[in-house]
Amino acid sequence: MSLTKTVYAATTMALVTAGSATAENLVIATVNNGDMVRMQGYTDNFTEKTGHTVEWVTLEENVLRQRVTTDIAAKGGSFDIMTIGMYETPIWAANDWLVPLDGLSDAYDADDILPAMREGLSYDGTLYAAPFYGESSMIMYRTDLMEKAGLEMPQAPTWDFIREAAAAMTDRENDINGICLRGKAGWGEGGALITVTANSFGARWFDEDWNAQFDQPAWNEALTFFVEMMNESGPNGYATNGFNENLNLFQQGKCGMWIDATVAASFVTNPDDSTVADKVGFALAPNTGKGKNANWLWAWALAIPAGTQKEDAAKEFVEWATSKEYIELVAANEGWANVPPGARTSLYENENYKAVPFAAMTLESINVADPKNPTVDPVPYVGVQFVAIPEFAGIATEVSQEFSAVYAGQQTVEEALEKAQALTNDAMEAAGYR
Amino acid sequence: MARSVKTQRKIINTAAAWGIGLLIFFPILWTILTSFKTEATAIADPPVFLAFNWTMENYTAVLERSNYAKFLWNSIIIAGGSTILGIIIAVPAAWSMAFVPSRRTKDILLWMLSTKMLPAVGVLYPIYLICIKLGILDSRIALVIILMLMNLPIIVWMLYTYFREIPGEILEAARMDGASLKEEILYVLTPMAIPGIASTLLLNFILAWNEAFWTLNLTAANAAPLTAFIASYSSPEGLFFAKLSAASTMAIAPILILGWFSQKQLVSGLTFGAVK
Repeated sequence: MSLTKTVYAATTMALVTAGSATAENLVIATVNNGDMVRMQGYTDNFTEKTGHTVEWVTLEENVLRQRVTTDIAAKGGSFDIMTIGMYETPIWAANDWLVPLDGLSDAYDADDILPAMREGLSYDGTLYAAPFYGESSMIMYRTDLMEKAGLEMPQAPTWDFIREAAAAMTDRENDINGICLRGKAGWGEGGALITVTANSFGARWFDEDWNAQFDQPAWNEALTFFVEMMNESGPNGYATNGFNENLNLFQQGKCGMWIDATVAASFVTNPDDSTVADKVGFALAPNTGKGKNANWLWAWALAIPAGTQKEDAAKEFVEWATSKEYIELVAANEGWANVPPGARTSLYENENYKAVPFAAMTLESINVADPKNPTVDPVPYVGVQFVAIPEFAGIATEVSQEFSAVYAGQQTVEEALEKAQALTNDAMEAAGYR
Repeated sequence: MARSVKTQRKIINTAAAWGIGLLIFFPILWTILTSFKTEATAIADPPVFLAFNWTMENYTAVLERSNYAKFLWNSIIIAGGSTILGIIIAVPAAWSMAFVPSRRTKDILLWMLSTKMLPAVGVLYPIYLICIKLGILDSRIALVIILMLMNLPIIVWMLYTYFREIPGEILEAARMDGASLKEEILYVLTPMAIPGIASTLLLNFILAWNEAFWTLNLTAANAAPLTAFIASYSSPEGLFFAKLSAASTMAIAPILILGWFSQKQLVSGLTFGAVK
């Protein structure tokens, strides 16, 4: 063997050895939803490209939240990548629990991430989680029922119009409810919707000194309006309805309007599951003319826990899963309506995606949500439907339980607000904010 | 006349027993039926009972997405291991409490039971940290030990109750014949208590199989059993009831079959033992 051949052979062997030495097995914790499950199906594409293998730990959203929080707080190291939301990202980043996602490759084009998403997933100007998909909330309505009621949905309706339209569309004999909304207790369920509704009425969770604001007229006005409208035109037992219950009602043709996550648009327009797929229109979440719409902002994002031994491989996966190429891969195999929405600007500039009926309204809804200025009056916190402090999940769950009791007719609006005021101030005092 | 009243009462009792039995079994039956429906039929209103197009698509989808065999194997090891280990520790403990009780035996038994009253989440963090320190997080051995400790009070209580029914004189006679303590427990006590031990084994195997707090919180990719398998199909944002039902059916099928074949021992255990 000549010297040149020997050198080539040795180099090849070295490269092969080096390649196999850096191939890692990544453990990823994620939620069970359509987009995440779809991503699992494309894992082979990532393995082919990088040599890294992937193991998925898929859990129900609330179980996942508890599981990954315990692991990251205790530095358990069970996961190399975690699926987290906008609520956790700034809190965990502040605790140095996450690897900053700076230094991503040029091809990844981090500037292409939608500004609202980037803002919500950053801490101190640094991105700590890459959005896999993003969502806001918007109105989904039955175009046939709206027409029958002799009304036309404006692009940005007021709450008064929504209440009037809901009453006009309600047909109790035929089991049609004018409007379906979440009432289920839980900060991410009914708590999220009533918070954004209150935002649009000029209410806020806290003033600038972290005093609870449930004793202010705006909260009373928002909650009273919500309860009266739902009693007039909502489904029976809405106090226990969450996303899935309302999705079911809407798909069965039993709701005139539904205000919920933009991601629901792909479900209600899918003829395989929805009986009203061809009769759905979209509009911005309502307002009261005070400058804030009742829509939230959320993203499921991929973050890397600090302390993982496989940081480089984990970054490679995060780049792959949230890249433009991944979107194109899904579009090529399953159509543009099935790509993960709400994460990248370039997606909404794509001519093919513009043809998807809910694309434009999803983008507009995301753009009008401002996590840094979520309310009419100034607030000391970041977050639209949540307050990005660790204590919020516990407090908001208790507050939403009080509100659900109002929806169920077990107490008055005034009683619930009084209890919410007391328990929030007590918790904030105990946590040292006041 | 008396005979006809007796027959009537028997018929009513039988019908009532079947009615209650079906009522209890109905959620499981509905889960099994839903697993053969499409997602759209699963949420149809009014609900469809039997007249639908039966499909295996959910089972296919679940088997394609998840490694069922791995979850099943973990469940068998964790439930089986914790039960056997529990019996090995509980038999001598129950022997001493039943045949050589001290003044504090009753107190110890009550204290053991009182540990079941502590909400598990209260000790989640310390146990999590211990597992990290010992390097056994997300391992089957950690769950075998924890589930064994969790069910140990029940195992000891059940065995204690069975052992108390066995006359102490028999063991005394064995001792007089020269049997050592080990021989007394292994060759005299255990064979006499086989029905009790069998029902204790079965009940604790079922409890460990269905345990869904520690098995979800202490596992990730390696040791996750069937409870984690079910949790991976539950979704608050999206209607996947048919797939969730298929996953649930696959998770409960082994224990349902085991329960069916061992129902005689289970019933006698539940009506005779400590939980009667």
